[in-house]
Amino acid sequence: MNTSKLVDMRTAIAAHVHDGDTVAIEGFTHCISFAAGHEIIRQRRRNLTLARMTPDLVYDQMVAAGCAKKLIFSWLGNPGVGSLHAIRRRTEPAALAPGESLLEIEEYSHHGMVGRYVAGAHRLPFYPLRSYSESDLPKVNPLIRTVQSPFGGEEIYAVPPLNPDVTIIHAQRADAEGNVQMWGLLGCQKEAAFAAKRVIAVVEEIVPTSVIRADPNRTIIPGLIVSAVVCEPFGAHPSYVQGSYDRDNAFYREWDTISRDAAATEAWLQEWVYGVSDRAAYVAKFGGDYFKGLTPTSAPSGSVDYGDYR
Amino acid sequence: MSGQRPASKSELMVVASAHALTGKRVCFVGVGLPNIAVNLAKRTVAPEMELVYEAGVFGANPARLPLSIGDPTIVTGSTATVSMHDLFGLYLQGGRIDVGFLGGAQIDRFGNLNTTVIGDYAAPKTRLPGSGGACEIAINAKEILVIMRQSTRSFVKELDFRTSPGNLGGAVAAAKTRAAQGWGGSGPSGVITDLGVYGFDDDGEMALRSLHPGATLDEVRASIGWEIRIPQNVPATPTPTDEELRLIREELDPTGAYVS
Repeated sequence: MNTSKLVDMRTAIAAHVHDGDTVAIEGFTHCISFAAGHEIIRQRRRNLTLARMTPDLVYDQMVAAGCAKKLIFSWLGNPGVGSLHAIRRRTEPAALAPGESLLEIEEYSHHGMVGRYVAGAHRLPFYPLRSYSESDLPKVNPLIRTVQSPFGGEEIYAVPPLNPDVTIIHAQRADAEGNVQMWGLLGCQKEAAFAAKRVIAVVEEIVPTSVIRADPNRTIIPGLIVSAVVCEPFGAHPSYVQGSYDRDNAFYREWDTISRDAAATEAWLQEWVYGVSDRAAYVAKFGGDYFKGLTPTSAPSGSVDYGDYR
Repeated sequence: MSGQRPASKSELMVVASAHALTGKRVCFVGVGLPNIAVNLAKRTVAPEMELVYEAGVFGANPARLPLSIGDPTIVTGSTATVSMHDLFGLYLQGGRIDVGFLGGAQIDRFGNLNTTVIGDYAAPKTRLPGSGGACEIAINAKEILVIMRQSTRSFVKELDFRTSPGNLGGAVAAAKTRAAQGWGGSGPSGVITDLGVYGFDDDGEMALRSLHPGATLDEVRASIGWEIRIPQNVPATPTPTDEELRLIREELDPTGAYVS
């Protein structure tokens, strides 16, 4: 019998996210653990290297709160809306506030960023890919380099492995041991989790192991690599969870207005992050009806038959 | 155009882009105007087309207009939902994408694109989103269509940063590089703007192919930062049909978020 790894978010972040760590909160538009990001802000972690394909609002908020010294990414925007203004204030010298320093930036393309996690997860020295040729990206990122094929001399670009100290993912469900099941956009969560030294799995629902074992193809990572499991309903809001709640596009638009102004951004963090004790309090502050408005109608999959071979 | 208000500039861009997709099979979609163009093409000139989204969806069948590239509507009812490693490796780099849509803050006469910075990279005037999948789409999709609004700020003599390669410094250099480095694609085939449709001549340089209804050659020249090639006789871009406008206004963008 395996032991439960179920803890609350405060305990998980306190135990597994330390000052100076490289942290990857992954999830491509779908299943972004804002609950973990906000708890990291509340625990005032500093000097983090934040890795994510698309930093999204979660890293804009963490940068605004002073958690980050460096960003590793492949697309730096508010998806469907525009810019990440808090991050822009730390990347454009003319916008820098007195006493603030520029963030360190290390950027790739999407395939390159995925490849970094793949190399990290597979314990390989690099990931080769047919990107970057004749792009200026290798000129500004010395970690994008060429390598000669040993099978014919062809030269190809390569990116180095990325092994986060901790990867945090959000999903529909897991058992207490940390066997995680997910559907919808899968992003690079599997690769980012296997690449990490520690993994925090945040889920909407804890289910019995029998539920996991009834549909093993749905498991994206095994409890074997998971350090902590946190049950956090609506923990991905304002991003979404396929089948559970929709993306809060109105908030993504609203953040564009809030984040343009440093004082308004700070006021938002005070009210919605520092001013609430945890995700349950954040959800309660919105009120139950708010999330009803984000609930999709049902579209269940058919079920498959794995067969019983006793 | 019986009874319908005439097409807006955005609608002209969408319809011209849809026409460029005639008969295409697999299209890598972006959000905004490309998304409407692709969905219009699927309902008109390319009913067999498979929509691919970089977020990890092949054969999407969106029931609503996605705001973001990772909207849940692209998943529900799709043919396949896959990891991004599979999407970029098996589908894009593996050579399964016929046409990809790109845009940018800057484009040059050879169709090279900048989506990274305005100004110096280390101390940018404006920090833009960066590559995302654009760099590898430019290299691996069999052909590239660009959708951009024209202005001297965006159609520039020299890019501040080359994020995604087009025809490099001309067709000869580009062909050599593509062959030597095993690129899957042949680069940009068209640029659709609010004023006209552009193609690329044999030497790899952009040239006007058709002028949208209502646009003038003076407007075209005044909004491009180099002396744009204009042929002797410029045909008019076909006027959108009533059915195309109806599909856009009633089904694809009923609130007019993108094309009004």
